[in-house]
Amino acid sequence: MFYSRSFNMTEVHLFGTHPITCHAWNRDRTKVALSLNNNEVNIYVRNGSQWNPEPESVLQGHDFRVTGIDWAPNTNRIVTCGADRNAYVWTQGDNCKWSPTLVLLRINRAATCVKWSPLENKFAVGSGARLISICYFEQENNWWVSKHIKKPIRSTITTVDWHPNNILLAAGSTDFKVRIFSAWIKDIEPKPTATPWGVKMPLGQLMTEFSNSTGEGGWVHSVSFSMDGNRVCWVGHDSSVSVADATKEMAKTQLKTKSLPFTCVTWVSPTSLVAAGHGCCPVLFSVDETGKLVHVTKLDIAQKKEAGSLSAMKKFQSLDRTARTDQSDQTLATVHQNTITGINVYTADRSGKATAISTCGADSRLVIWNFDSLEQALGELKI
Amino acid sequence: MSATLRPYLNAVRHTLSAAICLQNFNSQVVERHNKPEVEVSENNLGLDFKYDGKVEGESSREARSSKELLMTPVVVSRNEKERVLVEPSINSLRISIAIKQADEIEKILCHKFMRFMMMRAENFIILRRKPIEGYDISFLITNLHTEQMFKHKLVDFVIHFMEEIDKEISEMKLAVNARARECALEYLKRF
Repeated sequence: MFYSRSFNMTEVHLFGTHPITCHAWNRDRTKVALSLNNNEVNIYVRNGSQWNPEPESVLQGHDFRVTGIDWAPNTNRIVTCGADRNAYVWTQGDNCKWSPTLVLLRINRAATCVKWSPLENKFAVGSGARLISICYFEQENNWWVSKHIKKPIRSTITTVDWHPNNILLAAGSTDFKVRIFSAWIKDIEPKPTATPWGVKMPLGQLMTEFSNSTGEGGWVHSVSFSMDGNRVCWVGHDSSVSVADATKEMAKTQLKTKSLPFTCVTWVSPTSLVAAGHGCCPVLFSVDETGKLVHVTKLDIAQKKEAGSLSAMKKFQSLDRTARTDQSDQTLATVHQNTITGINVYTADRSGKATAISTCGADSRLVIWNFDSLEQALGELKI
Repeated sequence: MSATLRPYLNAVRHTLSAAICLQNFNSQVVERHNKPEVEVSENNLGLDFKYDGKVEGESSREARSSKELLMTPVVVSRNEKERVLVEPSINSLRISIAIKQADEIEKILCHKFMRFMMMRAENFIILRRKPIEGYDISFLITNLHTEQMFKHKLVDFVIHFMEEIDKEISEMKLAVNARARECALEYLKRF
C-alpha cells in the first residue's frame, strides 16, 4: 500500500519558525499538507530526501486558524476544519489546482478536529459547540451536509477517530470523557452488523462511555482505535495513557506516567502504541497478554552533548549576555524542541503494522521515526 | 542563598514546568473568541473581566461557564509572607507572587517597584497589568508565549525574577537608609 524507504533512525524537516498545528500525508507519502498555525494549508512536495522549500500549493479558504487536516488516501480529497467554524473539502482538478467545497457544519463555535471515515464517504468534525458533525455528500443537492451528535457531550470535542467498520466513532472531550458513538447515516449506508461495542446502532447512539479518571479530571487530548477496532486508547492531561477493550467487557486499563501530558497517540501494531506530547519525546507503550499497559521505551534516544570545558572567556561572555554560566540548556536534548502536536502513521507493512511514524510539533519540525533502525539501535526492542 | 530559599524555588520550578502544558483553545462560550481561559472562566479567584450579560443564542447559565477548563490552583509558600499562586487552565496560566515585605520601607519600595514594572507590562511580555488580590505581582503565560519561546526559559525567567527581586529590594532599602542617614547628618550639623 505504501512506499517503503530505507533511511536513518529519524528524519527531521524544519518548515520555518511557526508551530505546525497538524499534518496529513497523501497516499504514497510524497506530499504533506500542513498548517503553520495560520489560516492556510501548505502542501509540500518531497524531492529526494529533502522537501521543496516552497509549497506546491497553498489552500486558502479559512478565515481563522486551521485546526484539523485529513487527506483521504483513495479518493485524494483533503478535508480541513478551522476556528472560523467552517470545514472545506478540497478536490484536485485536471490542472492540479485544489478547489474548495464548503461543508454545512451548522456549528457556532470553532471546529477542532476532523477525520475521514475509512471508506471515505463521510467524515466527522468535532467542535467547541459541544457536538460532533457527521458530514456526508448529498447527491441530489450536490453539497456536503451534516448530522449532529449532541448528547451527552458537555464540553469541547478535542479529538475523533473512526472504527474500521466505518460506523463507530470514538470522541474525546474536555469534560474528561471518551465516548463511542454510532455515526451510521441510514441514507447512504446499509444497516451495520453487530460489533463487540454493541448491537443497535442508530445515529448518535452512545455505545459506551469511559471516564479518564475518577473525580480527578484530565482533558482527553487524543483517541485511537486499534486496527481490529476492538480496543480504543486515549491520552489525558493527567499524563495518563489508557486502553479499553470491548471484547473484555469494556475493561479499562490505565497507566499514569511520570512524564508531562501527552497530546497525541496512535496504535502502531495490534498490541503497541506510541504517545507524544508536552514531553517533546514519543514514547512506546505496549499491552501485554493480561491486558496490562506497560511503558516500553522512549523513541528519542537523547544524544548527550559532551560537556566541554568552559573557557574563562566563554564563561564571562555568557555571564555578561545571559547572566548565566551554563549555556548547555539553551536547547533540549530531544529532537523536538517544543510540544509535539500531532502523530501519524507514515508507513505500514502488509499486516497494517507501522514501520515508521511521523510527528509534528510546535517547534515547526516534522520528524519521521523509522522503527527498523530504532529496533536496531535499541537492541532488544520489538515493536 | 539561605537554606529554605533553594527548596522553595525548586518547588516553584517543578510546579511551573508541570503547569505550562498549554494548547491553543478557542472559546466554547463566545463565538470566534480565543481568550485566556484562566481570565474569563467563571468561579475563579481573580475576576477582573468576564463576559457579562447573555450570550447570543445561549440562555442557560451552564452554557456560559467553562469550569472544566480550569485546573485546581496551587499555592507554594515559603512562609506566610512569601508565597506563589499558580492557576493553570487549558490555554493559559497565571502566576502570582507575594514578595517578602518586612517593614514599612520595604512595603513602599516593593509597591513602587512593582508599579513601575506593571506600567511597562508590554515590555515584559508575560507580565500582567494588575496583580491578583493578596499578591504583589502577577504573570500571565498563554499558549502564544509557549509557541514563541522555550518553555524552560520561561520558567527560568520567573525563577530568576524571584531570586533577584528580594535582592533588589533589600539593596534599595540599604540605599534609602544610607541616603537618609546622610541627609540627617547634614541637617543636624546646623545645630
